[in-house]
Amino acid sequence: MVAAVMFLVCGGPRARAQDTPLLSGGVAFLTTTNGGNTSYLPLIEPLAAVPLGQRVMIESRAILQEDFSPSGAGYQHSHFAGLTYLQGDYVATPHLTVVGGSFILPFGTYNERLSPVWINNFQDGPLIVGLGLLSTGTGVGGELRGSAIRTEKYSIDYTGWFSARSGNEYFNSERSFGGRSSLYLPEQRLEMGLSYDRSLQGTQENFYGAHVWWEPKDEGFRLRSEYARGHHAQGYWIEADYRTSAFGGLDSWVGRLEPLFRINQSFRRDTIVSDSLPLVNTERADFGLDYNLPHNTRILTSYSRQFASTKDVNIWETGIVYRFLFPAWKGRVK
Amino acid sequence: MKAKHVVPGLLIAAAMGAAALSGGQKQTAPPAGAQVRVEKYQAAKGAQTEDDGGRVFAQNCSRCHATPEGFSPRITGTIVRHMRVRANLSEHDEQVLLKYLNQ
Repeated sequence: MVAAVMFLVCGGPRARAQDTPLLSGGVAFLTTTNGGNTSYLPLIEPLAAVPLGQRVMIESRAILQEDFSPSGAGYQHSHFAGLTYLQGDYVATPHLTVVGGSFILPFGTYNERLSPVWINNFQDGPLIVGLGLLSTGTGVGGELRGSAIRTEKYSIDYTGWFSARSGNEYFNSERSFGGRSSLYLPEQRLEMGLSYDRSLQGTQENFYGAHVWWEPKDEGFRLRSEYARGHHAQGYWIEADYRTSAFGGLDSWVGRLEPLFRINQSFRRDTIVSDSLPLVNTERADFGLDYNLPHNTRILTSYSRQFASTKDVNIWETGIVYRFLFPAWKGRVK
Repeated sequence: MKAKHVVPGLLIAAAMGAAALSGGQKQTAPPAGAQVRVEKYQAAKGAQTEDDGGRVFAQNCSRCHATPEGFSPRITGTIVRHMRVRANLSEHDEQVLLKYLNQ
Protein backbone atom coordinates (compact mmCIF):
# COMPACT_ATOMS: atom_id res chain seq x y z
CA MET A 1 0.00 0.00 0.00
CA VAL A 2 2.75 2.41 1.04
CA ALA A 3 4.77 1.43 -2.01
CA ALA A 4 1.76 2.05 -4.23
CA VAL A 5 1.17 5.49 -2.71
CA MET A 6 4.85 6.39 -3.03
CA PHE A 7 4.76 5.25 -6.64
CA LEU A 8 1.85 7.55 -7.30
CA VAL A 9 3.34 10.43 -5.31
CA CYS A 10 6.63 10.10 -7.12
CA GLY A 11 4.90 10.40 -10.42
CA GLY A 12 3.69 7.14 -11.77
CA PRO A 13 3.92 6.42 -15.44
CA ARG A 14 1.88 9.41 -16.61
CA ALA A 15 3.17 12.10 -14.26
CA ARG A 16 4.46 15.33 -15.75
CA ALA A 17 7.60 17.12 -14.65
CA GLN A 18 5.60 20.11 -13.41
CA ASP A 19 3.49 17.97 -11.05
CA THR A 20 6.00 17.82 -8.21
CA PRO A 21 4.35 18.17 -4.79
CA LEU A 22 4.67 21.66 -3.40
CA LEU A 23 5.09 23.39 -0.09
CA SER A 24 3.67 26.86 0.21
CA GLY A 25 2.41 29.15 2.91
CA GLY A 26 3.31 32.17 4.93
CA VAL A 27 5.57 33.09 7.83
CA ALA A 28 4.52 36.18 9.74
CA PHE A 29 5.34 38.29 12.72
CA LEU A 30 2.33 40.37 13.70
CA THR A 31 1.75 42.92 16.43
CA THR A 32 -1.54 44.35 17.60
CA THR A 33 -2.10 47.24 19.99
CA ASN A 34 -5.72 47.18 21.11
CA GLY A 35 -6.86 49.71 23.70
CA GLY A 36 -3.24 50.29 24.70
CA ASN A 37 -2.27 46.62 25.09
CA THR A 38 0.24 45.21 22.64
CA SER A 39 0.27 41.55 21.65
CA TYR A 40 2.88 39.76 19.55
CA LEU A 41 1.99 36.90 17.27
CA PRO A 42 4.66 34.96 15.37
CA LEU A 43 3.09 32.29 13.20
CA ILE A 44 3.63 29.97 10.29
CA GLU A 45 0.94 28.66 7.98
CA PRO A 46 2.35 25.89 5.77
CA LEU A 47 0.34 24.43 2.91
CA ALA A 48 1.13 21.18 1.13
CA ALA A 49 -0.35 19.98 -2.15
CA VAL A 50 0.46 16.51 -3.44
CA PRO A 51 -0.89 15.40 -6.82
CA LEU A 52 -1.51 11.68 -7.22
CA GLY A 53 -1.72 10.88 -10.90
CA GLN A 54 -3.70 13.11 -13.22
CA ARG A 55 -6.95 13.53 -11.29
CA VAL A 56 -6.31 13.27 -7.58
CA MET A 57 -4.70 15.70 -5.19
CA ILE A 58 -4.19 15.70 -1.43
CA GLU A 59 -3.87 19.14 0.12
CA SER A 60 -3.62 20.47 3.62
CA ARG A 61 -2.91 23.65 5.52
CA ALA A 62 -1.76 23.94 9.10
CA ILE A 63 -1.07 26.75 11.51
CA LEU A 64 1.49 27.04 14.28
CA GLN A 65 1.47 30.19 16.35
CA GLU A 66 2.72 31.64 19.59
CA ASP A 67 0.73 34.41 21.23
CA PHE A 68 2.42 36.81 23.64
CA SER A 69 -0.18 39.06 25.26
CA PRO A 70 0.02 41.40 28.27
CA SER A 71 -1.04 39.98 31.62
CA GLY A 72 -0.65 41.99 34.81
CA ALA A 73 2.91 43.25 34.99
CA GLY A 74 4.25 40.92 32.31
CA TYR A 75 3.23 38.84 29.35
CA GLN A 76 1.45 35.54 29.15
CA HIS A 77 2.32 33.09 26.46
CA SER A 78 0.11 30.61 24.66
CA HIS A 79 0.79 28.17 21.89
CA PHE A 80 -1.46 26.77 19.21
CA ALA A 81 -0.86 24.22 16.49
CA GLY A 82 -3.50 22.61 14.33
CA LEU A 83 -4.60 21.59 10.88
CA THR A 84 -6.80 24.12 9.14
CA TYR A 85 -7.92 21.53 6.62
CA LEU A 86 -6.89 18.20 5.11
CA GLN A 87 -8.74 17.14 2.01
CA GLY A 88 -8.56 14.92 -1.03
CA ASP A 89 -9.68 16.26 -4.41
CA TYR A 90 -10.83 14.15 -7.32
CA VAL A 91 -11.36 15.89 -10.65
CA ALA A 92 -14.22 13.71 -11.87
CA THR A 93 -15.31 15.61 -14.97
CA PRO A 94 -14.53 19.01 -16.53
CA HIS A 95 -17.41 20.43 -14.46
CA LEU A 96 -17.18 18.44 -11.25
CA THR A 97 -14.56 18.00 -8.56
CA VAL A 98 -15.32 15.78 -5.60
CA VAL A 99 -13.71 16.78 -2.32
CA GLY A 100 -13.58 14.61 0.78
CA GLY A 101 -12.07 15.05 4.22
CA SER A 102 -11.79 18.13 6.37
CA PHE A 103 -12.45 21.14 4.16
CA ILE A 104 -12.78 24.90 4.59
CA LEU A 105 -16.42 25.94 4.61
CA PRO A 106 -17.11 27.87 1.42
CA PHE A 107 -19.47 30.41 2.96
CA GLY A 108 -18.99 33.90 1.51
CA THR A 109 -15.49 34.69 0.36
CA TYR A 110 -13.34 35.51 3.34
CA ASN A 111 -12.95 32.09 4.92
CA GLU A 112 -11.91 30.20 1.84
CA ARG A 113 -10.20 32.82 -0.28
CA LEU A 114 -8.80 35.58 1.90
CA SER A 115 -8.03 34.04 5.28
CA PRO A 116 -4.48 32.75 4.53
CA VAL A 117 -1.98 35.07 6.18
CA TRP A 118 -0.08 35.58 2.91
CA ILE A 119 -3.24 36.74 1.10
CA ASN A 120 -5.16 38.87 3.57
CA ASN A 121 -4.56 42.60 3.24
CA PHE A 122 -5.31 43.16 6.93
CA GLN A 123 -4.19 41.07 9.87
CA ASP A 124 -7.72 40.75 11.19
CA GLY A 125 -10.75 39.32 9.51
CA PRO A 126 -13.90 41.39 9.17
CA LEU A 127 -16.28 41.72 12.13
CA ILE A 128 -18.81 39.33 10.58
CA VAL A 129 -16.28 36.63 9.73
CA GLY A 130 -17.89 34.19 12.18
CA LEU A 131 -21.32 34.24 10.51
CA GLY A 132 -22.02 31.07 8.57
CA LEU A 133 -18.81 29.36 9.66
CA LEU A 134 -20.51 27.16 12.26
CA SER A 135 -17.97 27.61 15.06
CA THR A 136 -14.96 26.02 13.38
CA GLY A 137 -14.96 27.26 9.79
CA THR A 138 -14.39 23.72 8.56
CA GLY A 139 -16.53 20.74 7.72
CA VAL A 140 -15.78 17.04 7.83
CA GLY A 141 -17.49 15.26 4.99
CA GLY A 142 -17.81 15.90 1.29
CA GLU A 143 -18.00 18.71 -1.16
CA LEU A 144 -19.01 18.89 -4.82
CA ARG A 145 -17.68 21.87 -6.69
CA GLY A 146 -16.62 23.13 -10.07
CA SER A 147 -17.23 25.40 -12.99
CA ALA A 148 -20.83 24.92 -14.16
CA ILE A 149 -20.67 27.18 -17.20
CA ARG A 150 -17.80 29.06 -18.73
CA THR A 151 -18.15 31.30 -21.79
CA GLU A 152 -16.32 34.39 -23.00
CA LYS A 153 -19.09 36.56 -21.55
CA TYR A 154 -19.73 34.95 -18.19
CA SER A 155 -19.00 32.01 -15.97
CA ILE A 156 -20.87 30.35 -13.12
CA ASP A 157 -19.28 28.22 -10.45
CA TYR A 158 -20.83 26.26 -7.63
CA THR A 159 -20.03 24.47 -4.39
CA GLY A 160 -22.32 22.19 -2.38
CA TRP A 161 -21.27 20.39 0.76
CA PHE A 162 -22.33 18.26 3.68
CA SER A 163 -20.53 17.95 6.98
CA ALA A 164 -20.92 15.38 9.72
CA ARG A 165 -20.59 16.18 13.39
CA SER A 166 -17.07 15.60 14.57
CA GLY A 167 -15.63 16.08 18.02
CA ASN A 168 -12.14 15.09 17.00
CA GLU A 169 -9.50 17.38 18.45
CA TYR A 170 -8.02 18.23 15.05
CA PHE A 171 -11.11 17.92 12.87
CA ASN A 172 -13.91 19.53 14.78
CA SER A 173 -17.10 20.29 12.88
CA GLU A 174 -20.87 20.63 13.15
CA ARG A 175 -23.41 18.51 11.33
CA SER A 176 -24.46 20.89 8.59
CA PHE A 177 -24.86 21.48 4.89
CA GLY A 178 -24.66 24.41 2.52
CA GLY A 179 -23.56 25.79 -0.79
CA ARG A 180 -22.39 28.78 -2.71
CA SER A 181 -22.70 29.92 -6.30
CA SER A 182 -21.03 32.82 -8.07
CA LEU A 183 -21.52 34.58 -11.37
CA TYR A 184 -18.46 36.19 -12.91
CA LEU A 185 -18.52 38.67 -15.78
CA PRO A 186 -14.96 38.78 -17.16
CA GLU A 187 -15.38 41.88 -19.33
CA GLN A 188 -16.66 43.89 -16.40
CA ARG A 189 -14.43 42.03 -13.94
CA LEU A 190 -17.44 41.73 -11.70
CA GLU A 191 -18.25 38.78 -9.43
CA MET A 192 -21.51 38.27 -7.58
CA GLY A 193 -22.38 35.32 -5.41
CA LEU A 194 -24.79 33.88 -2.89
CA SER A 195 -24.08 31.52 0.00
CA TYR A 196 -26.26 29.48 2.28
CA ASP A 197 -25.68 27.01 5.06
CA ARG A 198 -27.65 25.38 7.83
CA SER A 199 -26.59 23.88 11.10
CA LEU A 200 -28.31 20.53 11.67
CA GLN A 201 -27.46 19.97 15.31
CA GLY A 202 -28.77 21.56 18.48
CA THR A 203 -30.74 24.68 17.62
CA GLN A 204 -30.86 24.48 13.87
CA GLU A 205 -30.04 27.78 12.24
CA ASN A 206 -29.83 29.15 8.70
CA PHE A 207 -27.15 31.53 7.48
CA TYR A 208 -27.35 33.56 4.30
CA GLY A 209 -24.56 35.41 2.54
CA ALA A 210 -23.97 37.55 -0.53
CA HIS A 211 -20.81 38.96 -2.01
CA VAL A 212 -19.83 41.38 -4.75
CA TRP A 213 -16.28 41.83 -5.95
CA TRP A 214 -15.18 44.27 -8.62
CA GLU A 215 -11.70 44.64 -10.06
CA PRO A 216 -11.70 47.07 -13.01
CA LYS A 217 -9.31 46.02 -15.76
CA ASP A 218 -5.78 47.50 -15.61
CA GLU A 219 -6.71 49.93 -12.84
CA GLY A 220 -4.92 48.38 -9.87
CA PHE A 221 -8.09 48.87 -7.87
CA ARG A 222 -10.08 46.15 -6.10
CA LEU A 223 -13.38 46.40 -4.32
CA ARG A 224 -14.61 43.48 -2.27
CA SER A 225 -17.75 43.32 -0.22
CA GLU A 226 -19.78 40.78 1.65
CA TYR A 227 -23.03 40.63 3.58
CA ALA A 228 -24.07 37.84 5.93
CA ARG A 229 -27.14 37.20 8.04
CA GLY A 230 -27.76 34.65 10.75
CA HIS A 231 -30.53 34.05 13.27
CA HIS A 232 -29.05 36.35 15.86
CA ALA A 233 -26.82 38.78 14.02
CA GLN A 234 -26.03 40.24 10.64
CA GLY A 235 -23.53 42.60 9.09
CA TYR A 236 -21.36 43.54 6.15
CA TRP A 237 -17.90 44.66 5.14
CA ILE A 238 -16.58 46.58 2.16
CA GLU A 239 -12.87 46.66 1.39
CA ALA A 240 -11.00 48.65 -1.22
CA ASP A 241 -7.33 48.51 -2.13
CA TYR A 242 -5.27 50.23 -4.78
CA ARG A 243 -1.85 50.00 -6.36
CA THR A 244 -0.71 52.46 -8.97
CA SER A 245 1.55 51.73 -11.92
CA ALA A 246 1.68 55.41 -12.93
CA PHE A 247 5.09 56.07 -11.38
CA GLY A 248 7.41 53.51 -12.92
CA GLY A 249 5.14 50.47 -12.71
CA LEU A 250 4.09 48.18 -9.88
CA ASP A 251 7.71 47.40 -9.02
CA SER A 252 8.68 51.00 -8.33
CA TRP A 253 8.71 52.08 -4.71
CA VAL A 254 5.47 53.99 -5.25
CA GLY A 255 3.87 51.06 -7.07
CA ARG A 256 4.64 48.78 -4.16
CA LEU A 257 2.54 50.89 -1.81
CA GLU A 258 -0.98 49.59 -1.30
CA PRO A 259 -3.42 51.84 0.55
CA LEU A 260 -6.45 50.02 1.95
CA PHE A 261 -9.75 50.84 3.48
CA ARG A 262 -12.38 48.59 5.01
CA ILE A 263 -15.65 49.48 6.65
CA ASN A 264 -17.41 46.89 8.85
CA GLN A 265 -20.72 46.92 10.62
CA SER A 266 -22.32 44.20 12.69
CA PHE A 267 -25.81 44.26 14.11
CA ARG A 268 -27.23 42.02 16.79
CA ARG A 269 -30.75 40.86 16.17
CA ASP A 270 -31.07 39.52 19.70
CA THR A 271 -28.85 38.76 22.65
CA ILE A 272 -28.50 35.03 21.98
CA VAL A 273 -24.95 34.35 20.97
CA SER A 274 -24.31 31.57 18.49
CA ASP A 275 -21.54 33.27 16.56
CA SER A 276 -18.36 35.22 17.23
CA LEU A 277 -19.82 38.65 16.52
CA PRO A 278 -19.64 41.45 19.10
CA LEU A 279 -22.36 41.40 21.74
CA VAL A 280 -23.54 44.89 20.79
CA ASN A 281 -23.93 46.70 17.49
CA THR A 282 -20.44 47.63 16.35
CA GLU A 283 -18.92 49.73 13.59
CA ARG A 284 -15.29 49.61 12.62
CA ALA A 285 -13.25 51.51 10.05
CA ASP A 286 -9.87 50.06 9.05
CA PHE A 287 -7.28 52.25 7.33
CA GLY A 288 -4.29 50.32 6.05
CA LEU A 289 -1.08 50.86 4.17
CA ASP A 290 0.72 47.75 2.95
CA TYR A 291 4.09 47.68 1.26
CA ASN A 292 4.83 44.88 -1.19
CA LEU A 293 8.55 44.19 -0.92
CA PRO A 294 10.40 42.05 -3.47
CA HIS A 295 10.71 38.30 -2.88
CA ASN A 296 7.11 37.72 -1.81
CA THR A 297 7.32 39.78 1.35
CA ARG A 298 4.72 42.27 2.56
CA ILE A 299 4.61 44.76 5.36
CA LEU A 300 1.11 45.23 6.72
CA THR A 301 0.15 48.28 8.74
CA SER A 302 -3.26 49.50 9.77
CA TYR A 303 -5.12 51.74 12.12
CA SER A 304 -8.69 50.91 13.09
CA ARG A 305 -11.28 52.80 15.05
CA GLN A 306 -14.02 50.66 16.50
CA PHE A 307 -17.25 52.16 17.78
CA ALA A 308 -19.61 50.33 20.13
CA SER A 309 -21.98 51.32 22.91
CA THR A 310 -19.75 49.50 25.40
CA LYS A 311 -16.47 51.15 24.43
CA ASP A 312 -14.72 52.84 21.53
CA VAL A 313 -11.21 51.57 20.90
CA ASN A 314 -8.22 52.26 18.68
CA ILE A 315 -6.43 49.29 17.16
CA TRP A 316 -2.96 49.60 15.68
CA GLU A 317 -1.49 46.68 13.77
CA THR A 318 1.84 46.12 12.10
CA GLY A 319 3.35 42.98 10.71
CA ILE A 320 5.60 41.42 8.15
CA VAL A 321 4.62 38.39 6.08
CA TYR A 322 6.79 36.24 3.85
CA ARG A 323 5.14 33.91 1.38
CA PHE A 324 7.06 30.80 0.34
CA LEU A 325 6.36 28.47 -2.56
CA PHE A 326 8.72 25.70 -3.64
CA PRO A 327 8.79 22.03 -4.65
CA ALA A 328 8.58 19.57 -1.78
CA TRP A 329 11.54 17.73 -3.22
CA LYS A 330 13.81 17.90 -6.19
CA GLY A 331 11.60 15.86 -8.49
CA ARG A 332 12.36 14.95 -12.03
CA VAL A 333 13.30 17.44 -14.69
CA LYS A 334 12.34 16.79 -18.29
CA MET B 1 -13.15 27.34 -30.90
CA LYS B 2 -11.98 23.88 -31.87
CA ALA B 3 -12.93 24.37 -35.53
CA LYS B 4 -10.82 27.50 -35.56
CA HIS B 5 -7.82 25.40 -34.62
CA VAL B 6 -8.63 22.45 -36.84
CA VAL B 7 -8.39 24.40 -40.12
CA PRO B 8 -4.92 25.83 -39.59
CA GLY B 9 -3.90 22.49 -38.10
CA LEU B 10 -4.98 20.70 -41.28
CA LEU B 11 -3.18 23.32 -43.34
CA ILE B 12 0.00 22.72 -41.40
CA ALA B 13 -0.40 18.96 -41.63
CA ALA B 14 -1.00 19.26 -45.37
CA ALA B 15 1.99 21.55 -45.76
CA MET B 16 4.19 19.20 -43.74
CA GLY B 17 2.88 16.20 -45.64
CA ALA B 18 3.54 17.92 -48.92
CA ALA B 19 7.02 18.86 -47.78
CA ALA B 20 7.73 15.29 -46.68
CA LEU B 21 6.46 13.86 -49.95
CA SER B 22 8.42 16.28 -52.02
CA GLY B 23 11.45 15.66 -49.83
CA GLY B 24 11.17 11.96 -50.62
CA GLN B 25 11.46 12.65 -54.30
CA LYS B 26 14.10 15.33 -54.28
CA GLN B 27 15.74 17.51 -51.63
CA THR B 28 14.08 20.90 -52.03
CA ALA B 29 12.86 23.50 -49.52
CA PRO B 30 9.12 23.60 -48.81
CA PRO B 31 7.17 26.16 -50.81
CA ALA B 32 7.82 29.65 -49.46
CA GLY B 33 4.09 30.37 -49.09
CA ALA B 34 3.51 27.29 -46.88
CA GLN B 35 6.51 28.12 -44.71
CA VAL B 36 5.25 31.66 -44.18
CA ARG B 37 1.81 30.35 -43.25
CA VAL B 38 3.34 27.93 -40.74
CA GLU B 39 5.44 30.66 -39.13
CA LYS B 40 2.51 33.05 -38.99
CA TYR B 41 0.29 30.39 -37.45
CA GLN B 42 2.87 29.44 -34.85
CA ALA B 43 3.48 33.08 -33.94
CA ALA B 44 -0.24 33.75 -33.69
CA LYS B 45 -0.78 30.61 -31.60
CA GLY B 46 2.02 31.57 -29.22
CA ALA B 47 0.71 35.11 -28.83
CA GLN B 48 -2.83 33.84 -28.33
CA THR B 49 -1.72 31.44 -25.59
CA GLU B 50 0.19 34.20 -23.86
CA ASP B 51 -2.71 36.63 -24.17
CA ASP B 52 -5.26 34.05 -23.02
CA GLY B 53 -3.05 32.95 -20.15
CA GLY B 54 -2.42 36.49 -19.01
CA ARG B 55 -6.11 37.24 -19.21
CA VAL B 56 -7.07 34.09 -17.29
CA PHE B 57 -4.44 34.88 -14.67
CA ALA B 58 -5.66 38.48 -14.29
CA GLN B 59 -9.29 37.45 -14.16
CA ASN B 60 -8.94 34.59 -11.71
CA CYS B 61 -5.72 34.54 -9.71
CA SER B 62 -5.28 38.29 -9.24
CA ARG B 63 -8.76 38.60 -7.79
CA CYS B 64 -7.44 37.14 -4.53
CA HIS B 65 -3.67 37.44 -4.39
CA ALA B 66 -0.56 39.00 -5.85
CA THR B 67 1.59 37.07 -8.29
CA PRO B 68 4.11 34.92 -6.43
CA GLU B 69 7.65 35.58 -7.65
CA GLY B 70 10.15 33.08 -8.91
CA PHE B 71 8.57 29.68 -8.34
CA SER B 72 10.00 26.53 -9.84
CA PRO B 73 8.64 25.23 -13.17
CA ARG B 74 8.48 21.79 -11.53
CA ILE B 75 5.38 22.80 -9.57
CA THR B 76 3.35 24.72 -12.14
CA GLY B 77 1.04 21.74 -12.73
CA THR B 78 0.49 21.32 -9.00
CA ILE B 79 -0.22 25.03 -8.53
CA VAL B 80 -2.72 25.10 -11.36
CA ARG B 81 -4.55 22.00 -10.19
CA HIS B 82 -4.68 23.33 -6.64
CA MET B 83 -6.16 26.57 -7.94
CA ARG B 84 -8.56 24.72 -10.20
CA VAL B 85 -10.15 23.26 -7.09
CA ARG B 86 -9.88 26.32 -4.86
CA ALA B 87 -11.00 28.86 -7.47
CA ASN B 88 -13.37 26.56 -9.37
CA LEU B 89 -11.48 27.12 -12.60
CA SER B 90 -12.84 25.54 -15.75
CA GLU B 91 -10.81 22.87 -17.52
CA HIS B 92 -10.08 25.32 -20.35
CA ASP B 93 -8.77 27.96 -17.95
CA GLU B 94 -6.63 25.36 -16.19
CA GLN B 95 -4.98 24.31 -19.45
CA VAL B 96 -4.45 27.87 -20.68
CA LEU B 97 -3.04 28.90 -17.32
CA LEU B 98 -0.68 25.94 -17.28
CA LYS B 99 0.68 26.88 -20.71
CA TYR B 100 1.03 30.49 -19.58
CA LEU B 101 2.97 29.57 -16.45
CA ASN B 102 5.21 27.20 -18.37
CA GLN B 103 6.24 29.83 -20.91
